[in-house]
Amino acid sequence: MTKIIEPSKQSSIFRRPSSETGIWSWITTVDHKRIGIMYGYAAFFFLLIGGLEALILRIQLSQPDNNFLTAAEYNAMFTMHGTTMIFLAIMPISAAFFNYLLPLQIGARDVAFPRLNALSFWIFIFGGAFLYSTFIFGTAGAPEGGYLAEEVGWLGSAPNGGWFGYQPNAGMKYSPGTAMDYWAIGLQILGIASLISAFNFITTIINMRTEGMRFMRMPVFTWMTFAVSFLLAFSLPIIAIALFYVTFDRKFGTTFFLTEGGGDPILWQHLFWLFGHPEVYILILPAFGIVSEVLPTFSRKPLFGYAAIVFAGFGIAFIGFGVWAHHMFASAISPVAQAGFGLSTMVIAVPTGVKIFNWLGTIWGGKLKLNTPMLFSLGFIGMFVIGGLSGVTHSIVPADTQQTDTYYVVAHFHYVLFGGALFGIFSGLYYWFPKVWGKMYNESLGKIHFWLMMIGFNLTFGPMHWLGLQGQVRRTWVYAEETNLQFWNIIVTVGAFIIALSIIVFMINWIFSKRNGEKAPFDPWDARTLEWAIPSPTPVWNFSTAPIVKSLDDFWHTKYSEDEEGRAVRREEADQILLELEEDGLNPSEHIALPNPSYFPIVLASGLPFLGYAVIYKSIPLALIGTVLLLIGGFGWGTEPLEEEIHIDSDE
Amino acid sequence: MSSSHSYPHEPTGVETRKLGMWVFLSTEILFFGTLITTFMIFKGSDFPGMKLTDVYDIPFTSISSFILLMSSLTMVLAHNALEANDQEKTRVWLLATAMLGAVFLAGQIYEFTEFYHKGFELTTNIFSSSFYVLTGFHGLHVFIGVVLLLALWGIGQRQKGLTLEGGMNLEFVALYWHFVDIVWIVLFTVVYLI
Repeated sequence: MTKIIEPSKQSSIFRRPSSETGIWSWITTVDHKRIGIMYGYAAFFFLLIGGLEALILRIQLSQPDNNFLTAAEYNAMFTMHGTTMIFLAIMPISAAFFNYLLPLQIGARDVAFPRLNALSFWIFIFGGAFLYSTFIFGTAGAPEGGYLAEEVGWLGSAPNGGWFGYQPNAGMKYSPGTAMDYWAIGLQILGIASLISAFNFITTIINMRTEGMRFMRMPVFTWMTFAVSFLLAFSLPIIAIALFYVTFDRKFGTTFFLTEGGGDPILWQHLFWLFGHPEVYILILPAFGIVSEVLPTFSRKPLFGYAAIVFAGFGIAFIGFGVWAHHMFASAISPVAQAGFGLSTMVIAVPTGVKIFNWLGTIWGGKLKLNTPMLFSLGFIGMFVIGGLSGVTHSIVPADTQQTDTYYVVAHFHYVLFGGALFGIFSGLYYWFPKVWGKMYNESLGKIHFWLMMIGFNLTFGPMHWLGLQGQVRRTWVYAEETNLQFWNIIVTVGAFIIALSIIVFMINWIFSKRNGEKAPFDPWDARTLEWAIPSPTPVWNFSTAPIVKSLDDFWHTKYSEDEEGRAVRREEADQILLELEEDGLNPSEHIALPNPSYFPIVLASGLPFLGYAVIYKSIPLALIGTVLLLIGGFGWGTEPLEEEIHIDSDE
Repeated sequence: MSSSHSYPHEPTGVETRKLGMWVFLSTEILFFGTLITTFMIFKGSDFPGMKLTDVYDIPFTSISSFILLMSSLTMVLAHNALEANDQEKTRVWLLATAMLGAVFLAGQIYEFTEFYHKGFELTTNIFSSSFYVLTGFHGLHVFIGVVLLLALWGIGQRQKGLTLEGGMNLEFVALYWHFVDIVWIVLFTVVYLI
């Protein structure tokens, strides 16, 4: 089969990009699958950097009174570790899943706005590069009453006020220099990227579903994408405005968060956590979705309590907006507020518990296939329950006051975000590996990865509970020898390096399987959702004809019927149906119009870092460059039609 | 599992771009909500330096608010004209809307300069800071709206004129414009009247 793909006319002011392979085809792509893959690689790159920063922190803490890092460097490292992992690793890696899978799961050919999709990816890349350019251009001076300027060094010239940027500590007086400006504006740029993708995904889910794909027939992963998009859309504006104020305070002399000018530092905490707590669910709900796909597939059972899982997901998202002050129990908020937020924190454990029990119900009595994605999903349940339970302990205000700013809290949120979100993400990476690359990963290496990570993870974060209860404070670069904290700290550091080892195993598996792995069969997992009803790797046009969905898990029902006792029986014609699906999927019978590649998303996105530098250095020329790039991008975008009638002809 | 050939599919019957616009506007509410909340928190406080009420010119701002509200009317007229496929009238009303928006902006710039000359600057006190950031953020929205309207007017000069389908269409811009106007009603009440 040969494909002839040719743009029919050039109606834009610039020549349209037309290459199909090579670097330009990736830079100008608007294909949701390619964007998803790029998101994945970029996010993994930042995950490695964030991991490296974590290892540096752990080396410093492996000995009491260590001087591997100065205080200034330690501050910069833990700030960048948190910021990187949250905004540059886990969020975009979830976006990678959303991008690649969402249109496939609802039977669509692309997202609602393909070019906006490319725009959010490039804004994310420029935002990440902008944030990290602080190591080259940024400065962090000596704070009043703090360490000396000569202790800052190269490593310390990064944002150093924590990923939470508490005021007034992150203000000009205690965080002089430009590093914290890079942080505030960098997050602002990254926020724009996430906001745009949230609009895109919400619209896609509402309006791009294929015929018969009613809301209550959507896969749970799609549902969780929906919930996350709403969380993003309603929480990011709050942090955007708050960061706006921070930038005004630092650059233009206002006093929104500074008491000496009548401002209110607690207001920053409210605004930050009003975003920050929904953000926690933004990080964890995608993993919930992935696990809800993996568990039924490898338990050979339908998902237990589909509707309950969906509504629990939205319950979490909704209540997630009403618990923010449990991050602030040690701040000046009234006892009534403390009691109220303590209660709502307990309440949010209910829908989470509903999900846990539904997953257990799904595995219960199933024929479990314990391959790598399943192991990660099971690991996810275990680790997330531990993290969730230690989270509920924070709703008891007096206990929380004891635990605030100790390693107990660090242990808690790593159990949720690493043991939860990241385990779920790895489960998904293995599960959809055959879909994306058309090859199988190496199962033994996958299992080695899982067990190494499981052991390393628990060695790293388990002992932190005890360290925290023994009083080791977080965000502090040394502990004294007399505190007797050394033993567990060494264990923690060893654990961190075991995690690093497991990541190396994962990378080896990924690179070699992608190149030399066995060819993946059609529908390798005997799965239930639409993305498996098309060939792997996914053809550029996704579905050669729009699928019509008749029930939940429609693809499964195509393959299976029930006997009189309700057990699944594979239909005789199932193999024949799969063969036909593969054949049809590879050979579309008609012309398919696909959105054209475009230069303008990357041009438009490239304007934002210039505007960021312009604010930091109060430079008019930089502002002009940024504005011109925005204008070129916007004007070109507006005058360029989305599709130029690409023809994919297939001659038999 | 069967299949059909009809792509794209809009199960809600709402045009996808318009739906996207609605979602965008719903997040705008949160942007303005946060700004307004902050303003309200700082409004009651007593601070050194001038009070905003010392410099307010309510009649002037009322007139410019009225002008902005009238632009919503001309926007509706432009939409009606386009539905009747009267390209000439559509362009006229579009331009009128953009001009009214520009007059409002000019009024805001005049107001800011007046306040500034009276000594009421961005950093005078926390109250002035929240005032300028809040109303400035709204002004930025009006400015973007004017640019969009003028772009639409420019597109309308082409041979085939404007349509209600595809691209950056009139309905899309109209939704945004009405939203910006409605926000101003809230802001005018919160900032100037109560």
